[in-house]
Amino acid sequence: MYQIVAREDLSPGIHLFKIKAPEVARKAHPGQFVIVRGDEKGERIPLTIADWDEEEGSVTIVFMEVGTTTKKLACLKAGDYLINFVGPLGRPTEIDKFGTVICVAGGFAIATIVPIARAMRQAGNKVISIMGFRTKDLVFWEERLGSVSDELIVTTDDGSYKRKGLVTEPLKELLQSIKIGRVIAIGPTIMMKFCSLTSKPFGVKTIVSLNPIMVDGTGMCGCCRVSVGNQTKFACVDGPDFDGHEVDWDLLMNRQRTYLSEEKQSLEIWEKSMSSSRR
Amino acid sequence: MAEKKKINLHRVSMPKQAPDARKRNFNEVALGYTFEQAVEEANRCLQLPKPGCIKGCPVDIDIPGFIRAISEGNMPEAVRILKDKNSLPGICGRVCPQETQCEMTCLLAKKGAPIAIGRLERYVADWEQAHPEVTAHQKERIQFNDKRVAVIGSGPAGLTCAADLAKLGYRVTIFEALHVTGGVLTYGIPEFRLPKQIVQREVSYVMSLGVEIKLDHIIGKIATVDEVLQNGYDAVFLAPGAGAPMFLNIPGENLSGVYSANEFLTRTNLMKAYLFPQYDTPIKVGKRVAVFGGGNVAMDASRCALRLGAKEVYIVYRRSEVEMPARAEERENAKEEGVIFKLLTNPKRFIGDEQGRVKAVELYEMELGEPDESGRRRPIPKPGTEFIMDIDIAIPALGTRPNPIIPSTTEGLELTRWGTIKTDEATGRTSKEKVWCGGDMATGAATVISAMGAAKRAAVNIDAYLKG
Repeated sequence: MYQIVAREDLSPGIHLFKIKAPEVARKAHPGQFVIVRGDEKGERIPLTIADWDEEEGSVTIVFMEVGTTTKKLACLKAGDYLINFVGPLGRPTEIDKFGTVICVAGGFAIATIVPIARAMRQAGNKVISIMGFRTKDLVFWEERLGSVSDELIVTTDDGSYKRKGLVTEPLKELLQSIKIGRVIAIGPTIMMKFCSLTSKPFGVKTIVSLNPIMVDGTGMCGCCRVSVGNQTKFACVDGPDFDGHEVDWDLLMNRQRTYLSEEKQSLEIWEKSMSSSRR
Repeated sequence: MAEKKKINLHRVSMPKQAPDARKRNFNEVALGYTFEQAVEEANRCLQLPKPGCIKGCPVDIDIPGFIRAISEGNMPEAVRILKDKNSLPGICGRVCPQETQCEMTCLLAKKGAPIAIGRLERYVADWEQAHPEVTAHQKERIQFNDKRVAVIGSGPAGLTCAADLAKLGYRVTIFEALHVTGGVLTYGIPEFRLPKQIVQREVSYVMSLGVEIKLDHIIGKIATVDEVLQNGYDAVFLAPGAGAPMFLNIPGENLSGVYSANEFLTRTNLMKAYLFPQYDTPIKVGKRVAVFGGGNVAMDASRCALRLGAKEVYIVYRRSEVEMPARAEERENAKEEGVIFKLLTNPKRFIGDEQGRVKAVELYEMELGEPDESGRRRPIPKPGTEFIMDIDIAIPALGTRPNPIIPSTTEGLELTRWGTIKTDEATGRTSKEKVWCGGDMATGAATVISAMGAAKRAAVNIDAYLKG
């Protein structure tokens, strides 16, 4: 059992848990993930590590409520326990001196990009971060990402805060105007796809963190297979970071949609049980 | 010497759930002997002074001894003899391929009716479970020494090595990657062939010997093998299992609806997807399922698919039934339940719909040529025989490659050209000081019992090494 030592609600539907897991904290690196299971009947889901504190023995995860599993997680409070917490998994993000690095993040992935931006900066890079949200209410960690970046650009799809538009627009402008050593893009699949398409003509290597469905997370089941450069890779052990210019995005999105009807069914049942238990 | 026994060739058959009923439930298929049936079968044993059966047992069980105890009705003694060599008798009695081991070397096998050793082993194990008070006093009192051994993986090899070392007085910790113990016994072999409650009761027995188990610990990630050794362990036994599933390497294999057998079985058995939506992990089954391969795993996957509600389940295999590696018993069970064998047939490509879901497979026929390096007749494609079969789900069940996590994070560990860890068969030693290996990671995919045999040999060698 793994205790939730702190919980924070970052924006509507996006939550942070700090989990007591000293052994994982000792070995964590930017870009790695953990597999989490909330309860006895729960799924195993991968969540990227947002931060860790070796001294305190804690690992921070951030998740967005999308289906039954994440909605059930969102019901847990500080002091409650996760039944399983496994990691650190996957290969760490490649950190090196690339010159100027653009870190692009969308939605709840802001949490994931912070340790990467920090490590990139510590490695001597100039870090320009771009964070995008649908709307103003969802914005979080602007200051935190800003503090590990040399420059920060914030966009909202509806223009309700800072720059109106998608993250790909400032990304393109930067690629046009200055020499960029590397782009890191983390967020919804569609955002990573378009960031990759944006940077491709400029020939700037773009690393994305793929989020296919996983089960064991150790390379045993092959559920998370993705196609990169026409080769099948297991995101859990070969990734989750891959060269975005080589990823077969349509395949990834098709595989992510495999259980849409089951997810809907499960969520309806759960919501019904929640509303009847409230009565 | 006892009076000469009359030879009785009437093997007592195993009571089973009827095919029509069992193909729609996950309850155990084989129901087990009654006491009378067990004694009747045990009485057939000739109790030869030089028995053939023990030679066929990878873990050297005194088979005639425990069988004699059954025929004498002395069940506590049968339990004692069995557990002296085998900590997992309820598992072995169910999943060992006895027909190629102890039962093959039984003298009566020559007459076509070997003693049903596996069924008797299972009977004894289940009897103990039903009568815990009878054997409680037999629990060994272990004098622990100050040496610690780490075992990586809680599958058959890990549990066996841990139990043997604990009995010798070592303090053993098992590190298990998943959230449940048992390895392939839990995630791979289905409930209807090996109930998970049986696995857990044998794990409890191993824990009762003083073995500590840490779940959610992926060695190579949370700590390297060297870090484990630095953390106070005097030896490490690696038994992480075979790991990564192989695919057919044909077009369309990544379409949604194409599962590795490992994934299909893991969702079903480990995550209990057959109880979705009470359990959160879903699985897709559809109406028509094609499983590719001819091993026990293919049989397991096809029989799970039936139980999950598929209307038609096919086993597509490129050779003929004679060459199938699956046990005869499992092939029979699958056929009785209605699995359709499409033999001498091979897939060319998977065809998807506009959503990227598999909807059909293109197959072609094969014929058998001369024997190949495996001794089996080589399958050769028959040109112009391509045809298309509509399917909803495809399950390649082609075996596994070694999982790279431990090999890639451990320095000084020599590998074979197949990526398995180079291991001395007699001792389980690897090229690395203080590190032993056994099970599928040493040999490539093999049986539960061969993994257990390797684990026992490693335990003996670890003991010798630590005693200096």
